[in-house]
Amino acid sequence: MKRTDDFESRREHLKGLSDEQLKERFWELARQLTDPLLSMGKEYTSPSIERSVLLRMGFSSLEAAALVKGCLEQGLLGHGAGHVVYKMSRSWGLPIRETGLKLLAGEHWEEAQAAFEGGRSA
Amino acid sequence: MSRYELKPDQALDVREILKDLKDYRPRRRGWVWRTPAPGLQMRDFTYREASEPLKCSVPLPPAHHFGGIDPQPLPVITTEIASGRFEDDIRRMRMAAHHGADHIMVIRTAGQSHFDGLIEGTPQGIGGVPITRKQLRAQRKALDMIEDEVGRPINYHSYVSGVAGPEIAVLFAEEGVNGAHQDPQYNVLYRNINMVRSFVDACESKTVMAWSQTAQIDGAHNANATSRDAWKVMPELMVQHAINAQFSLGCGMRKDLICLSTVPPTATPAPCVFMDLPYAVALRELFTGFRMRAQMNTKYIESSTREATVTHVLNMLISKLTSADIQSTITPDEGRNVPWHIYNIEACDTAKQTLIGLDGLMEMVELKRDGTLREKARELKERAVLFMEEMLSGGGYFEAVEQGQFVDSGLYPERNGDGIARQKEGGIGAGTLVKRESDYMAPVTAHYGRNNTAQYGLAAGADPAELIGGCTFQKPEMIQYIDELDQEDNVYRRMEETEALRQPGSLYVKPEMEWLGDGTVMLTFFFPVEAKIAQAAALEAARRMNLTEPEVISVEIMHPVDGTRIELKGKVPFSLKLDELEIPKEPETLSDDEIRKAIEERPMSVVCGTVGEDEHSVGLREIIDIKHGGIEKYGIKVHYLGTSVPPEKMVNAAIELGADAILASAIISHDNIHYKNIALIDRLAREMGVRDKLVFLAGGTQVTPELAREAGADEGFGRGSKGVHVATALVKLRKS
Repeated sequence: MKRTDDFESRREHLKGLSDEQLKERFWELARQLTDPLLSMGKEYTSPSIERSVLLRMGFSSLEAAALVKGCLEQGLLGHGAGHVVYKMSRSWGLPIRETGLKLLAGEHWEEAQAAFEGGRSA
Repeated sequence: MSRYELKPDQALDVREILKDLKDYRPRRRGWVWRTPAPGLQMRDFTYREASEPLKCSVPLPPAHHFGGIDPQPLPVITTEIASGRFEDDIRRMRMAAHHGADHIMVIRTAGQSHFDGLIEGTPQGIGGVPITRKQLRAQRKALDMIEDEVGRPINYHSYVSGVAGPEIAVLFAEEGVNGAHQDPQYNVLYRNINMVRSFVDACESKTVMAWSQTAQIDGAHNANATSRDAWKVMPELMVQHAINAQFSLGCGMRKDLICLSTVPPTATPAPCVFMDLPYAVALRELFTGFRMRAQMNTKYIESSTREATVTHVLNMLISKLTSADIQSTITPDEGRNVPWHIYNIEACDTAKQTLIGLDGLMEMVELKRDGTLREKARELKERAVLFMEEMLSGGGYFEAVEQGQFVDSGLYPERNGDGIARQKEGGIGAGTLVKRESDYMAPVTAHYGRNNTAQYGLAAGADPAELIGGCTFQKPEMIQYIDELDQEDNVYRRMEETEALRQPGSLYVKPEMEWLGDGTVMLTFFFPVEAKIAQAAALEAARRMNLTEPEVISVEIMHPVDGTRIELKGKVPFSLKLDELEIPKEPETLSDDEIRKAIEERPMSVVCGTVGEDEHSVGLREIIDIKHGGIEKYGIKVHYLGTSVPPEKMVNAAIELGADAILASAIISHDNIHYKNIALIDRLAREMGVRDKLVFLAGGTQVTPELAREAGADEGFGRGSKGVHVATALVKLRKS
């Protein structure tokens, strides 16, 4: 889009504002712009977020990457990769780390599938 | 665990830093500001805006005239150190800390933003360093030692951006990184990472940073560096700051750890302070309670280090006239190459010198409350508000970016249609977001957004990590440390290659600008010809000097035909053996008591002055004045003749006053006039038949002892000489 500087006409409604009112307006607009972004963050997750969760649960970056890949392939990421490990650790009676390594060994994903009722819930 | 400690008189041993990293834990998280020392008294001076002095530091060059004081300004001072080899950067970090830096920023290697995960090990970087757990741990460990040595906490800093932001934020919290750039707009505009992904990831990153009390620096300064005319981007800069700041508050960050990365956008030859000051004022009025990270202008940096330094000093004038909580520095060689050691240090010194030089300014000066400054500040604020109004009316942030509203070269609301446009569905990482299911859960501390821990019976408000008995944030022993993944591209291999040069312990030394043993040197030439010829001449001269890889790094026209200044870099192929170097012996000195006793037994008087047409007096006064530890303190009687004393007068005064010695100071050295005057005094004294009765000592900044003796003095004193050296010589050389 191209437009010449129409500041003078555009600012008509701001002219009468005091400096303090202008500042309030500035921050009100900033809130209106960022609130939807913050709401979206609450409802979505990403591979990086999930890997960061697994790091905090005591997995290495390589293990975290492989576990998140596994969860994605199984359609389980929406439950949380950390959740998958946590739930299976309860189900298997194993510590968190051993649970993750067992999943990484690759032969127990169907049990995870079953625990989350076949991956994606409705 | 290794018991290695830094010793003030010993080179930092990188080999020791790399030991036992697997078990190294940072001593703290979170950002540390300097401790103010209002009314700090040092020597004869009172500082109004200084911080606590350091235990150990390298003061500014003239400090020896001021009793060696090294006052430290109040803002945290940043230096960016990332040469591609983190192991060599560690030594530079120590040097920078001694010159006043307490915020060490590590630039990431090219391409790390697009690396989908964490990098491990210690590969070499390009234009920066691959940020890895091992690299962070090594540098944090070194900085922990360095901060003990200098006596001030050092903030360590890198970047939480790219497609692996949340993981990096966790890594930083675990490894004691105290500050980070985090701004999803940076991903979107400059790294073409999918914008929706960038904002969702940023929620997690910022939540982690809020937990670890990491200071955040935003990315708005990049708009300044990328826009066509930097002074037109001011309204947008305020909008970018606002979006990141407000978004960060929403993620739980403390206002006083949200730092705006603000650059005075304009540079000379524009009347830059006139243009940049209203912007700086407007910004600080809108963003009360946030912190200001004053960055230097890099947009217009050229290869002249002098020019860059002046721009940076002007930038700091703006900092001083408004405010800066963190004063960043840019190395003045940034326009030529990846920064060298010496320029990091220059930049730190420039900041320290300027801010201390301007200490107390605002006690005498204030910004006008009306007129141009106010009008311009108001206009910028209104333009920023209009910018956001258009964003909202178009649908919001994503839509505004899709329509290219950002980094347009027009002064908003003017638009030139050349902004950076990104698509909501485009960019790296597009389509990778996953909607959280109703049972979505993450059993860790500092996780953003919906987290259904209630299904496992956890009370609302409880830390989700309780479900697993704590995560790495409570139990660092859970962290999995990876040493190296690449058997070739790692720090050990690189260090093997330069082992013969590594201190402490090496018997060799080689010139270095960036990496140990790089052999890089810089030469400055003047050629009395036009630029094109001068460049060719410089390269040929370098070849004849046996430099390899010569490269012209700066060309400045002194006159289109009469002269060109060239700076050139090249490499030397040799190392120097330390025990073959001729190192002049420290002058032998008698103890104060010995000198006093000798003078008491046989009193001495001297005549002294600055000889020839020379008005310098400071050096000689330091040698004689009792206040500076000069020779008067030993009871030596001093007849000071002043400056510009003719050689004849020196000798005549010595005869008339019956002095035992002549002390001649000779500072001006043009055409060797200093040695000529020394020779003249010697000759006159001989002609008058008094030479064998007098001790004749000569000194000055350009005097070397050997040449002074050759010219006819009994002894010569160069730069750094003290009263005690001169008094010792007087006692030892006096005639019977």
